[in-house]
Amino acid sequence: MKFTTVLAAGTAAVLALGLTACGSGEEGGGGGTDDVSITMLPKNLGNPYFEASTTGAEEAADELGVAVDEVGPDAASPDAQVPFINTAAQQGVGALVVSANDPTAIGDALEEARSAGIKVVTFDSDTEPQFRDLFVNQASPEGIADKQLELVADQIGGKGEIAILSASANATNQNAWIALMEEKLASDYPDIELVETVYGDDDDQTSFDKTAALLQSHPDLKGIVSPTTVGIAAAARYVSTSDAKGKVAVTGLGTPNQMREYVEDGTVESFALWNPNDLGYLATHAAAAFAAGDITGEEGETFEAGRLGEFTVGADGEVLLGEPYVFDKTNIADFDF
Amino acid sequence: MRTHARPWWQRVLLTREMLTVLILVVAWIVASAVVRGFDGPLTITYLVLDVAPVLLIALPMTLIIATGEIDLSVASVVGLSSVTFGLLYQAGLGLGVALLVSVLLGAVCGAVNGALVAYGGLPSLAVTIGSLALYRGLAVGLLGTTAVTGFPDSWTDGATDNLGESPYPAITLGLLGMIAVFAVLLHATPFGRNVLDIGRSSEAARFSGVDVKRTLLILFVLSGAVSALAGVYYTLRYGSARGDNATGMELQVVAAVLLGGVSIFGGRGAVHGVVAGVLLIGVLGSALRLEGVTVNVINIVIGTALVVSVVAPRIAGGMRVRRRRAAGRRTQGDGR
Repeated sequence: MKFTTVLAAGTAAVLALGLTACGSGEEGGGGGTDDVSITMLPKNLGNPYFEASTTGAEEAADELGVAVDEVGPDAASPDAQVPFINTAAQQGVGALVVSANDPTAIGDALEEARSAGIKVVTFDSDTEPQFRDLFVNQASPEGIADKQLELVADQIGGKGEIAILSASANATNQNAWIALMEEKLASDYPDIELVETVYGDDDDQTSFDKTAALLQSHPDLKGIVSPTTVGIAAAARYVSTSDAKGKVAVTGLGTPNQMREYVEDGTVESFALWNPNDLGYLATHAAAAFAAGDITGEEGETFEAGRLGEFTVGADGEVLLGEPYVFDKTNIADFDF
Repeated sequence: MRTHARPWWQRVLLTREMLTVLILVVAWIVASAVVRGFDGPLTITYLVLDVAPVLLIALPMTLIIATGEIDLSVASVVGLSSVTFGLLYQAGLGLGVALLVSVLLGAVCGAVNGALVAYGGLPSLAVTIGSLALYRGLAVGLLGTTAVTGFPDSWTDGATDNLGESPYPAITLGLLGMIAVFAVLLHATPFGRNVLDIGRSSEAARFSGVDVKRTLLILFVLSGAVSALAGVYYTLRYGSARGDNATGMELQVVAAVLLGGVSIFGGRGAVHGVVAGVLLIGVLGSALRLEGVTVNVINIVIGTALVVSVVAPRIAGGMRVRRRRAAGRRTQGDGR
């Protein structure tokens, strides 16, 4: 039994040392200081998209002279975010900037944090409106629809046949965007004809095959718009090795890492999405403005967000980042997500 | 009849379980002293709420592992019970009825595991890895990627509210009750003695008249029912019934049980050690998160603690045997 006793003392000592070391290494990181501190809680860590948003948040924090700590779970599950929200409440940070893994599951924890005086700003993925003070929205449905039409119209010279390669036939977001695009086509683009909408089910192979079928059945096709990251990458891959390369424009919503190769080889001229860096930057400015009492979340209030300019709080406490961001040869190298 | 060489207080205090309790106490004291925000009133509240499902499931798991078996399907039962509870509520049933049906379904899930292990003679590791996938598949299949939300406040508040002005959530009472039930079951009933006997040697237990099959079946049914209860709690706490709720929680449970001194080979284990094991993981996580330590490092710390807790008794046992051999005195069977 002597060994057990020694082991007990040893383990306890190691734990004590470990915790003490952590304690001394992180002075000033917690709350209770004069400065505002902001906790950034993405859906999960190790995700390039959120690494970009955190870089933006740190840039904003440097400008504002506030501290930003990024924390988060290793998997994007809703319950895994709760302990980090609790921790922020315990630390008494000024504001919590969070991309919600579930619109309701973290609601209770957010309410507790708010009752402890913490301002809660969601970005990228919202909770139910009653659980947060502000939502920094990356793009509006109208903005997404308009930008894609603008891109394709520009790339095909304003007239000709186009087709849409969507996700699944009942994908809510995509269907809303497509409906808006159809309206706008009818009113603003009389020379462009939408000949077919096909569904690749957000599956790489299916999207690839549907692209092939589109090109075969519509020999005069000028452009493909794919409002889904899986679809646009598969369409670009097909077109890049077919005769249609350089003749049929491919655009839509994609991520730089998936599209880089096709932008560089000329298959794709440009595509859109939002800039997660700007999103994190804006969310941090909004959180700081909130924590400082400059805004209270009322519709119509305005605040300054550094290099992005002035923003207005909309209905339901929403702040819109703006038009989707266009990626092309000139800027794609700046992004890694 | 066994005669004891040491006085009773040594037998109680100098045990593997008390080692976990001691480490827990030390970790708590150190964290309170050096971690900013740890001694605040919210710590206990969040700790209890966070560990509640793992603690609940760890109780029957203690008994199962003490027999030398394991149940890896527990977190999937949590998910399935969460979905069932949500769907029944959505269908307009009262939450009381929904709770009852969910727990019964959990018991059925456990009975399937138990029957295959006890009467089918299959290894529990294989059976419950299979049912881990099966029950999770059912859960996700039933609800897809959607969630049932909007549970009445009276129920969700019950899962999270504190007792009056104290920092203890109301569920603390229920947890203490469950701990007491399982402590008595393991340590003060013939059933509990049978559990430990099976863990030492299933053959010997059977020859001495223990109904091994029935005991195992009961344990798996208990595990299923308690996991389902944890699933209902989980659903109410987060206000969201989802098929992927509690994914991976089985490993936290097994980790806590082993950290609490239960032998993975069966035959020994105590409820107070497991409770300390669950709380220790909770306290370490809470303190390290407050320090801004990333989740990967937290996993490394807890993983190391777990490996040490499994390996150390073997080393200690080995050293004891060598000491005895070197001394060349008596040969004694008090290895455990």
